[in-house]
Amino acid sequence: MTRTPFVLRHPSILVVLAVLAVFTAAVTAGSAAYGSGAIPVSMIKLLGKTLCLALAAVAMDLVWGYLGILSLGQMAFFGLGGYMIGQWLMYARTETIVAAQLAQQPIPATAQELQDAVTNQIFGVVGSSDLPLVWSFAHSLTLQLILVLAVPGLLALVFGWLAFRSRVNGVYLSILTQAMTLALALWLFQNDSGFRGNNGLSGLQNIPGLDYVGQATLSVWFLWASALALALGYALAAWLVSGKFGSVVRAIRDDETRVRFLGYPVEGFKLVVFTVAAMMTAVAGALYYPQAGIINPAELMPIASIYLAVWVAIGGRGRLYGAVIGAVIVSLLSSWFTGGRAPSIHLPGYVVNWVDWWQVALGLTFVLVTLFAPKGIAGLFDRLSGILPPRRHGRDLGPGQGALQEKEAKA
Amino acid sequence: MPRFFLIAPLMAVLMLAGLAAPSAANPALETLISENIDQIDQPSRRTVEPLVASIAATGPEGLALLQAWADRRLGLLDGRAVIADGDALTDAATGAPVTGDPKMLRPNSGVRGVIEAALAAGALTDPDPARRAAALDSLSRSADAEGLAALRAALDDPDPALAARKARLERLLTIQHDPDSAARVAAIEEMAGDVGLDFRAALNPLLATRRVVSTTEPQGNIADELSPGSRDLPREAAIALLIQEGALDPALTPAEQRARLAANITNGSVGGIPVAQLSDPTARDRAYEALESAGAVPPAATAAEIDAALDAHRFFDLYAEADPAVTDAAKAAQIRAQVRLAAMQGIDLGLDALSLASIYFLAAIGLAITFGVMRVINMAHGEFIMMGAYTGFTVQTLIADRTLSLIVALPLAFVVTFGAGVALYRLVIRHLAHRPLETLLATFGVSIALQQLAKNIFGTQARPLTAPAWLEGSIVINDVIGISSIRVAIFVLALLFLGLFLFIMKRTRLGLEVRAVTQNPGMAASMGINPDRIAMMTFGLGSGIAGIAGVAIGLFAQVTSELGQQYIVQSFMTVVVGGVGNIWGTLAGATLIGGLSKVIESLNPSNTLAAQTFMILFIIIFIQFRPRGIIPQKGRAAEV
Amino acid sequence: MIKTTRLLMTTSALALAGMAHAQEGEPIKIGVLHSLSGTMAISETTLKDTVLMMVEQQNAKGGVLGRPLEAVVVDPASDWPLFAEKARELLTVSEVDVMFGCWTSVSRKAVLPVIEELNGLLFYPVQYEGEESSRNVIYTGAAPNQQAIPAVDYMMEELGVESWALLGTDYVYPRTTNNILDAYLKSNGVAAEDIFVNYTPFGHSDWSRIVADVVALGAGGKKVGVVSTINGDANVGFYKELAAAGISSDDIPVMAFSVGEEELSGLDTTNLVGHLAAWNYFQSADTPENAAFIEGWHAFTGDTSRVTNDPMEATMIGFNAWVAAVEAAGTTDVDAVRDAIVGIEVPNLTGGTATVLPNHHLTKPVLIGEIRADGQFDIVSQTEPVPGDAWTDFLPESAVLEADWPGKGCGMWNIETESCVQIQSNY
Repeated sequence: MTRTPFVLRHPSILVVLAVLAVFTAAVTAGSAAYGSGAIPVSMIKLLGKTLCLALAAVAMDLVWGYLGILSLGQMAFFGLGGYMIGQWLMYARTETIVAAQLAQQPIPATAQELQDAVTNQIFGVVGSSDLPLVWSFAHSLTLQLILVLAVPGLLALVFGWLAFRSRVNGVYLSILTQAMTLALALWLFQNDSGFRGNNGLSGLQNIPGLDYVGQATLSVWFLWASALALALGYALAAWLVSGKFGSVVRAIRDDETRVRFLGYPVEGFKLVVFTVAAMMTAVAGALYYPQAGIINPAELMPIASIYLAVWVAIGGRGRLYGAVIGAVIVSLLSSWFTGGRAPSIHLPGYVVNWVDWWQVALGLTFVLVTLFAPKGIAGLFDRLSGILPPRRHGRDLGPGQGALQEKEAKA
Repeated sequence: MPRFFLIAPLMAVLMLAGLAAPSAANPALETLISENIDQIDQPSRRTVEPLVASIAATGPEGLALLQAWADRRLGLLDGRAVIADGDALTDAATGAPVTGDPKMLRPNSGVRGVIEAALAAGALTDPDPARRAAALDSLSRSADAEGLAALRAALDDPDPALAARKARLERLLTIQHDPDSAARVAAIEEMAGDVGLDFRAALNPLLATRRVVSTTEPQGNIADELSPGSRDLPREAAIALLIQEGALDPALTPAEQRARLAANITNGSVGGIPVAQLSDPTARDRAYEALESAGAVPPAATAAEIDAALDAHRFFDLYAEADPAVTDAAKAAQIRAQVRLAAMQGIDLGLDALSLASIYFLAAIGLAITFGVMRVINMAHGEFIMMGAYTGFTVQTLIADRTLSLIVALPLAFVVTFGAGVALYRLVIRHLAHRPLETLLATFGVSIALQQLAKNIFGTQARPLTAPAWLEGSIVINDVIGISSIRVAIFVLALLFLGLFLFIMKRTRLGLEVRAVTQNPGMAASMGINPDRIAMMTFGLGSGIAGIAGVAIGLFAQVTSELGQQYIVQSFMTVVVGGVGNIWGTLAGATLIGGLSKVIESLNPSNTLAAQTFMILFIIIFIQFRPRGIIPQKGRAAEV
Repeated sequence: MIKTTRLLMTTSALALAGMAHAQEGEPIKIGVLHSLSGTMAISETTLKDTVLMMVEQQNAKGGVLGRPLEAVVVDPASDWPLFAEKARELLTVSEVDVMFGCWTSVSRKAVLPVIEELNGLLFYPVQYEGEESSRNVIYTGAAPNQQAIPAVDYMMEELGVESWALLGTDYVYPRTTNNILDAYLKSNGVAAEDIFVNYTPFGHSDWSRIVADVVALGAGGKKVGVVSTINGDANVGFYKELAAAGISSDDIPVMAFSVGEEELSGLDTTNLVGHLAAWNYFQSADTPENAAFIEGWHAFTGDTSRVTNDPMEATMIGFNAWVAAVEAAGTTDVDAVRDAIVGIEVPNLTGGTATVLPNHHLTKPVLIGEIRADGQFDIVSQTEPVPGDAWTDFLPESAVLEADWPGKGCGMWNIETESCVQIQSNY
C-alpha cells in the first residue's frame, strides 16, 4: 500500500498556500517600495497584521476545533510573544541612541554606564531607574527570539500540565484560561513588574540597525514575514492534525474518557497541542507588534482572546482554512466599520452610525452563526464540495454527550 | 487668633445681640474695611488672622460680617463690603440697605476655617446646638491654649452628647496645650487605652522624634540611643547621616570619578592610562590612583576613615516634646492602646472583607443558579447586572424621591432582567442544550451587543445612582471600626437572597422540581415535570437576582456600560471556587475571595492592582488542587 | 481607493464649506485624532467637536492665507496601536498639514514615533506628566509645574496640609506626577512617613479600604490632604465612599487633577462640595472671552447644557496659535510653522494670554476651584501665567535637562554637559 503524499491528501493546503502567495505578490506589486504605490503604507501594515491574526486563529483552531479546549486565554501567548520581541527592539534602539550620545563624552563609557543610561531612557518615562531582572536578556536578539518561543511555551506547558493533570476541562478550563490571561494582564499593568505598566513598550516599528530602510519597505518585509509564518504555521497545523496523531487528538475532543480507557496518554497529547499552539500564537504576536508599533497590557485582557474565539467560530472551527477566513474577514470588517469609514444608514428618524452599531451587529451575527451555522463560513465550502463523501467519521464539532455523537454526525 | 480669644466671652454676648439686629453703624468697622479692602478681596490663610481678629473686635457688626464672609454671602460694591441675604443687600458697616450688583467674595476653605475658628469660641455657648457642635468641630481642628481656656469656660452644656464632646475635647486640648506638665500627664493617663483617632492624633506629635548625630550626649529629651548597624539604624543610614552632618566626606561616586578623570586628560591619557582603555572600571580605578598619588585629585574616603567616624559619633533619637514625664506617660498610653488597636483594625478589615464577600455573593448567586442547574455559563450575566443598575438610574430620573425610587427600582430591575433572562433562554440557550462551550460563546455575543446598546442609549459616561439619605453615611463603632450603611444594606440584601433561595429550593414546588431536574432531567421529565419550563424559570430567577445586584452595586460604585465586566470574572471565580450547584459553595467561594482580597490588599496598601493579581493567581492554583471547588457536588449530577 | 477614503473621511458639512472656497485655493487639511468610540470617547469627542467648531469659526472669518480649512476626522477607538496607524494614515494618505489629537499619555507615546518619522505637527491639549519635549508636538495642556506643583503649594499654604495621600490610577501620568510631587514634598521638609501613595486599577470601585487608610493617616496629628490623580469613573466610587465615611472637605480636602466640568456633569455633586480641582481654566471664569467662547460652543452644539472644560480651552489656544503661526510664516509647511510658532501670543479665556515657549509648552495661569453643588467650580485662587517646564526641576535626572527647539534644536539639552542628549523623544 503506497502512501499518498501528505499535501495531496489535503488539497485544501495547496489552495490556501496558493491564495496566500498570490495575495502577497499582489500587495507587493501595489506597494510603494516595490511596485505602483497604489496601496498606502498604513494599509500594508494592516494587511500584514491581519495575516498575523490569521496565524493566531489557526493556532486557536488547533486548540479548540481539534482538541476541544475553548481557550479564552490564547491572546496571552500572542501578547507575550510581542513583549519578548519588544524588549529587544526597545533596548537595542535605545542603546544605539545612547551609545551615540555617550561617544561624545571625553571618557569612553563603561558597560555599566551604558546600561544605566539605556535604563534611564526606557524607564525614566515611568519613573524608575533600575533595569528589572526580566530585561536581563534584552540586549541580545538571539536570546529574545528564543524567549519568544520559550516563555509562552513554558507558560502553556506549566499551566496545561497543572490543569490537565487535575482533569479540569470544559467550561471550568475556559474560565481558568480566562483567569490566566487576566492575571497576566493585571501583572503587566503594574509598574513594579518591569514592563513599563500601562505604557507598555512603544516605538517598536523602528527596527534597530534598519533605520535607513524606511517604513515603506519595512512594512512590505514584515508582510512577507507574516505571510511566510502563516504558510509555515498552517502547514504545520495541517500536518499535525492529519495523521494518527490528529485522529487521537480529535478522539480526545469527542470523548476524552474513552480515549483514556483505550490506553492513550490523553494529558500528553493535550499538552503537546496546547504548547505548540501557544508557540505558534507567540510567533504571530512577535510579528504583529513590530507592525503595530506599541504593545500594552490591554492587549492581553480576556476580551481579546474571546474575540479570537469569535473569529474562529464565524470562520468555521475544525477547519484550518475556516479559522484563516474568519480572522481575515471579521478583523478587516471590524477595522473598516469602527474606522468611521462605513457609510451611515439613514433611517427615518434615526441615523445608524456604524461606529456605534457595529458591535451590536457583530454580537448578534455571532449569536446567529452559533445557532444556525455552527460550521461557520467554512460550512459553505462543505456545501459547495457536497458531492464528495465526507472522509472523516464522528461529529466534527466540540465535545458533547458522548455516546450519541456518531448518530448525530450521521443525522 | 491668640489675642482674640481674650475677648471671647465678651464676643459671645455681643454676637447674640448682634445677629439679631445688625443695623447700627460701626465706624471702626468701616475704616477697617476700607483700609483692608484688598485683603478682604484676596485673603490668604497665612495672613488673614490679625484682620479677622480686629474685625471681630469691632462688635456685633464685625461678627455678622465674618459670618457672612464665611458663608460666602459677602460681596464688594464700590469699595464697600455688603452682605447678601437672599436678594436683599445691606452694607456691612452701616447696616443700610444697598442696591447694585456686588462682586461676591469666595474665600477658600482655609480662610473660612480661620474665620470659623474665630467665631468658634463665641459660638460655644450659642443657644443653637447645631452651632455649638460646629464650633466644637472648628475648635478641634485648630485650637491653642486660649481655645482651651474658652472651652473650659463653656464646659456646661444642656445637651448631654455635646457636654460629653466638650469634656473629651477639653482633655485632648489639655494634653496638647496645657502649660502644666502634671495636668497633661493626668489627662494622658486618664485617657490611656483609648483608641480614638483624636487621642492618637494628640499623642503621636508628642512622641515624634528627630535623629541627632553628636560626639557627646545632646541636650533634650532623649528617646533612644542607637548603635550603627542595628535594625533601627543600618550602617548605610548612619554613614549617610554622618555625610549629611558634614562629619564624613562622601565616598567617590562613579560619576564623580569620571568627571575628575575627564578633567585630567593630558595628551589622550589620564594618569598614564590611554583614554580609550577607560571603558574598563578597573582601568579607571588605576588611573584615579595614579592621579591621587600625583596629588591631582583629592583622595577618596577610605573604609578606615568611615569606621573611625562611626566610632567617634553617637546617634540619638530626640523627642520634640521637652518634658520627659509627658513623653513617658504618652509612651505608656500608646503601648496600652496598641493591642486593642490591632484587634480593632482586624475587625475593621473583617467588616470590609465581609462587605466585599456579600457583593461578590450577590453578583454570583444568579450565575450559580444557572450554572448549577443547567451547566451553562451565561457570559451575559454581567450585562444583566448592568441592566439592573441602569434600570435603577432610569427610575431615579423619573422619580425624584430617592427612597421611593429605590423601592420601585428593586422589583422593577428584577422584572426587567427576569424578562431578559427568559428571552435569552427561549431565543438562544434552549437551542444549544448540551453544548456548553457554544452557549458560552453565544451568550458572549449577546454580552457585547448589550454592552454596546447600553453605550448607545446611556452614553459612555458614568451615570449617577444615588442612595437615599438614610443609606448615606456609615455605622461607626469607633474611629477604627466603621462601615458605610450602604454596604451593610448590601450585606442584608445578600442574606435575604440566601434565605429566599434556600426557601425556594427547600420549601416550594418549584424548588423541588428544580432539584429533580438538576439531578436527573430524564427521570424528572418522566415524572411529569417539564424540564424546559423549569430551566426557563431558573434562568429567569438567576437573571432577576443579577438585576437586583446591579441596583445594589450601582448605589456604591459607578454605573457604566462596563459595570458588568468588572464583576463577571470575579463572579465566575466565586462560583468555580465555591463548587457548582450548591448555594453554600457559592457563599464559601465569595467569603474566601472577598476575605483573601482584603487581606492581600492590607498587606500591600499602596498597590491595589497587585492584590487583584495575586488573588487570581491564588484561584488558579486553588483550582488545580480542588478542581470541583470548596464544596464539590456529589452524586450522578457531578459526572456530567 | 485613496479617493474614496478621503471622501468618506471628510465630514460632509466641511466638504461643502471647502468647495465653496475651492476657486481661491486648495483647502488646508487639519487632522483630528480623537477617539470617538471606546472608553475615552466621552472625553475626546468633546475635543473633536471643539476643533470642528474652531474650523467653522475660522472659515467664517475667511480661512487662513485665503484658503479654507478642512477637518479630516478619524476614529482611533481608544486603541493605542490604532492611534499610530491612524496618525500615519492622516499624514501619508490624507496629507494633513497639522493634527489636533490624543488624550492619554500612552496614545501620545504611540503617535510620537510616527510624527517624528514623517515630520508631522501635533497639538496635544491635555494636562500631562511632562518629561518630554518633541520637535513635532506642541503641548497646550499643563505640565506638572502648571498644575500639580501649584496645587500642592496651595494645599500647604492655604489649607495647612501636612500629611499627604497621593492616590492615583495605575498609569504613567499619576506615576510620574506622584514621583515629582514626592520629590517636591520631601524638598519642602515633609517626612517620608507623611506621604502615603496608592495606585488602583482603571475603573476601581471598592474604595472602603483605601479610604480607611487615608482616615488612619489622621492619627499622626497632622492635617491630612489627598492629591488625587484618579482617572475618570473611578472617582465616583471614591467620592461616594469618602462621603459615606463622614469626611467633609474641611476634614480631608481632596485635590483632583482629572476631575473637571465634563466629569462632574454626570454626577450627583452634593457629596463633593468643597473638594478641589486644579486646572488652567474653569467654565466659571468671569471674562468676556470666556462668555463668547461658551456662547459659541452652545450655538455650535445646539445644546445649552453642554459644559466647557480645560482641555477645550487648550485646544482652542492651540488652534489659534497655529493659525497665527501659519499667518506669520505665510505657509503651512511644518518646519516653517514650527519656527514661527515659538513666541506667538494668543489670548486665553481667563483674562490673560498664552505664549508658546521654545520648549513647545505654553504659559498658563493656574486656577484652583472648589466644587459647587451645581457641578461648577468656585475659583478660589488664580496665579499669573506660569511658563510650562518640560523637564521638571524636582527629579535629579530631569533637573539638568531643558528643551529649546528653535535655539538649540534639541528637546533634551543637558545644561551641565552642554550637549544634546537626543533629538528624538523617548517613547
